[in-house]
Amino acid sequence: MDLAFFVGCIAPLRYPGIESATREVLERLGVSIRDLEGASCCPAPGVTRSFDVKTWVTMAARNIALAERQGQNIMTVCNGCFGSLFESAHLLGEDPALLRDVNDILEGLNMTVTPHGVEVRHFAEFLAKDVSDNTIKKSFKRKLDLDVAVHYGCHFLKPSKIKQLDDPERPTMVDKLVELTGARSLEYKDKQMCCGAGGGVRARHPDTALAMTKAKMDIIKEAGADCIVDVCPFCHLQYDKGQKALGKDYDIPVLHLAQLYGLAMDIDPKLLGFEAHDIPVKLKV
Amino acid sequence: MFKYGISGFESGHYMGESVYKPDNTFPQQIVERGGTTLLRCFQCGTCTGSCPSGRQTAFRIRKLIRWAQLGIADKVLASEDLWMCTTCYTCQERCPRGVEITDIVMTMRNLAVEAGYMQEAHVRIGGFLAKTGHLLPLKEPMMKARKSLGLDETPPTVLANKKNQELVLNIIKETGFTDLVKKGGK
Repeated sequence: MDLAFFVGCIAPLRYPGIESATREVLERLGVSIRDLEGASCCPAPGVTRSFDVKTWVTMAARNIALAERQGQNIMTVCNGCFGSLFESAHLLGEDPALLRDVNDILEGLNMTVTPHGVEVRHFAEFLAKDVSDNTIKKSFKRKLDLDVAVHYGCHFLKPSKIKQLDDPERPTMVDKLVELTGARSLEYKDKQMCCGAGGGVRARHPDTALAMTKAKMDIIKEAGADCIVDVCPFCHLQYDKGQKALGKDYDIPVLHLAQLYGLAMDIDPKLLGFEAHDIPVKLKV
Repeated sequence: MFKYGISGFESGHYMGESVYKPDNTFPQQIVERGGTTLLRCFQCGTCTGSCPSGRQTAFRIRKLIRWAQLGIADKVLASEDLWMCTTCYTCQERCPRGVEITDIVMTMRNLAVEAGYMQEAHVRIGGFLAKTGHLLPLKEPMMKARKSLGLDETPPTVLANKKNQELVLNIIKETGFTDLVKKGGK
């Protein structure tokens, strides 16, 4: 089944390079995608599910129903979108009363959502599970000589009870994807710790969010990383803007996995959108 | 029948002294919204020990869960602690009793918002959603940046399709979210 590309909010509206890199990379891997036309915000778990679970699940259900209408599985490059869409799809599959309520609203839009109608996929786990290592390696034009601090983020693997993608405490999926480029994925303390942005904390308690980011940055700097590689535009934003706000000389560029793959495929850096980053992406690769 | 909260204090008096009167319907409300595992917590503290937010601040997730069990509703609902959680799920993953802590935090946030607690920064972001269907605005420089990357100036979402945007905004209205955000909070 082809993929409907769900772009979300932060990638297209703050770090468009993540969106363009994803398109370029998937094209070179021979994966065909179509835009999910008319999609809205996923909507974000921190400030939508926290306010009103019904709004959250209904908006997510509409996005899922759009993919059903296109006859495609839905794919995102963001942990927040993945969390909202995946967990909503799960709830709708488990709870017939909720499904009925949601479909009552969607009916007004001439839409319905079917339990388990389409799969919700994340770019990173799609590459790991549906594209062979060989295909990925063949698409690369050069070897990256980098020490990378991989940041998984929270909503990619957790809650693991329903996501069931990898060990939530000691995952290897993204490290393996990074190492296919020739880069080395560093072991570092508190690797699975949150970036600090989620749950509406970045908006409501920016200093607390930043304190968490600082804790991570100090460790990542100490580990000697050349760059951070994430699979979530919100973590990406928190690390990139957070370093600037902390005003320290961390100077550790932040790349989404799609952008790292873009470098390995020797795609023109201009198409990877590094201009939008606060921390300049200057890497000796 | 199972009794929620603590008994014996219903009158608000104990041995002639005035005592805190718990709201025993509070844990029940959480359970009814799916948080049945709330009742399993035995206060081991694995959650607090795992919490990245609590590592930086005085936020103690274990205490919040205890208050919820005991029906100390007014304190939970007005608590700033309720909004210190980044929803990272580490506590929920590690809880030896299988308490769905993060999900329960979000349920309690729903109850807090219903009770009128919503802070300015969150009202603003919720307002974007209710106005555009996205959490962030599309600004002119970003449109240029998108174009230079070979992307459509406007992302292929509701921002590029007024009819779809209207449909989404109707959903947001119908579920009561627009009014919720308009109402703001204390």
